[in-house]
Amino acid sequence: MEKMLLKRVDIPNANDIDVALKHGAYGALSAAFGMRPVDVVNEVKRATLRGRGGAGFPTGLKWELCARVPGSLKYLLCNADEGEPGTIKDRFILHQDPHLLIEGMVISGYAIGAERGYIYLRYEYPKAIGILEKAIEQAYAKGYLGKNILGKGVNFDLSVHRGAGAYICGEETALIESLEGKRGQPRIRPPFPASQGAWRKPTVINNVETLSNIPFIIGMGGDAYAKIGAETAPGPKIYGVSGHVNKPGVYELPMGTTLREIIYTHCGGIKGGKKLKAVIPGGASTPILTESHLDVKMDFNSLVAAGSMLGSGAVMVMDETVDMVNVAYVLVRFFAHESCGKCTPCREGTAWLYQVYTRLMHGEGKEGDIDLLLYICETVKGKCFCPLGEGAIQPVLSSIKHFRADYEARIKSGVVSH
Amino acid sequence: MSDVIEDSRFCRSGGDKIMFSDAVVEAINQVRQKYPDSQGAVLPSLHIIQKAYGHLSYEAMRFVSQHLRVPESDVFGTATFYSLYRWKSAGKHQIQICHNLSCSLLGAESLIKHLEQKLGVCEGQVTKDGRFSFIRMECIGRCDGAPAMLIDDDYHGELTPQKIDEVLKKYE
Repeated sequence: MEKMLLKRVDIPNANDIDVALKHGAYGALSAAFGMRPVDVVNEVKRATLRGRGGAGFPTGLKWELCARVPGSLKYLLCNADEGEPGTIKDRFILHQDPHLLIEGMVISGYAIGAERGYIYLRYEYPKAIGILEKAIEQAYAKGYLGKNILGKGVNFDLSVHRGAGAYICGEETALIESLEGKRGQPRIRPPFPASQGAWRKPTVINNVETLSNIPFIIGMGGDAYAKIGAETAPGPKIYGVSGHVNKPGVYELPMGTTLREIIYTHCGGIKGGKKLKAVIPGGASTPILTESHLDVKMDFNSLVAAGSMLGSGAVMVMDETVDMVNVAYVLVRFFAHESCGKCTPCREGTAWLYQVYTRLMHGEGKEGDIDLLLYICETVKGKCFCPLGEGAIQPVLSSIKHFRADYEARIKSGVVSH
Repeated sequence: MSDVIEDSRFCRSGGDKIMFSDAVVEAINQVRQKYPDSQGAVLPSLHIIQKAYGHLSYEAMRFVSQHLRVPESDVFGTATFYSLYRWKSAGKHQIQICHNLSCSLLGAESLIKHLEQKLGVCEGQVTKDGRFSFIRMECIGRCDGAPAMLIDDDYHGELTPQKIDEVLKKYE
């Protein structure tokens, strides 16, 4: 497949507007403005684009819900809080092709009737803030942002809002709270952001990669776009691969490429010729898979059928030397640190899990600790305010399910690590 | 929060206005324009003060509260929620080393031990010469270059103990 989303990423200085313009940036704007907003929404619906942030919600439907709400003040928010461990894909667009994102946001704003946008950027991307602010300034200077864009009477203002170190702000209602200057804790839904989001106005929140698809959908048409990759969720997908592979990095491939092809063809196989033991397909909160799942297609539905999730498409590969108790410990420590504290099952559950794993890591595991971990997961499962708690128990449940022997050996031997 | 703007209850300074430099005030006034209400400017205002003074403080939070006319309790709640607002000075150069999964699989823990020995400090402390401090980070999004760290705003990836030693030499 020819690169789309990462096409300009390899071109030197493509984050400069003159270079980006030479390579087609902002080319879809006039086509989009030639359509009625409702037709832009319909084109995205025809493309059957699903959100690339993790949940996979149909983008066109999300837009339609917001576009239909009466009122002239609406917001478009870009979720660039790329915090899911293992996820690197959006960084490439933010650093090297910010004009693709800006173009996507202008079109999206036009479609839903929003004249104000914010890019919610995680604090841990310090380089991206300067790059984005410069790109936005350039886009204003060339008339791709601001009032009366391309002389078509379309207005769109955009700025960057920098987070301050909180994974939870990747959750869309927590992101809104944080944008409004509050603690980043999720809101009860309904009302959904499409009707009452930022400052209680109708709001759409889309991931960086999702918004970056929009110029291509307008450019080639929704029907042509829908022919790329998996039928149930078409389009190009940026997979970010890390861990024990020879060539970690980002790979733009048709949605539905198998894990085997990603790891062995594109990433050059496992480091040092070792065997694969486990793989996390979509970031820290997606269940761990094993060698037997290598032929699973990396799309939303196929991964759910295999007992995991596509998440953000962040593939983390582990070789045969890895002890899965260590892996679960690192991930549980992360979730315990990032739990926002709003709801009890997540706040207490992640802390308890962390205590048990700390004991295991100190070689002080007890008979019955596996059952205790499973019991704590049961008290969290389906009882949390937002998906963070649900995500936190996935590494525990899936590592016990597939690698129980690692736990038993750890408890028996009392090996100390860390 | 627009309905409490004129309520003086939220400026409990007893008449003593806390002052920050003109440049900081100007930057906060500028950023305020980006938001439909003043509370939206709380996070960026705290960033501006942290950048200018190295860390936040009780006075900084009260200043933001007074200047933006947002209740102190709301500013305190926000400032203390996020893990990357600091309450004491970092070193001249702040090392942020990742210990999440991709980095951990490729040796982050032994690198952190190396860093502790090399600098002679634990996480959160500043070296005697004031040059460095380090903190552990939860995924800095550089998994393709794991194990990785940030020093100030720069990424350093594919770290080994030797590479860390070389990189640190570049920071005076």
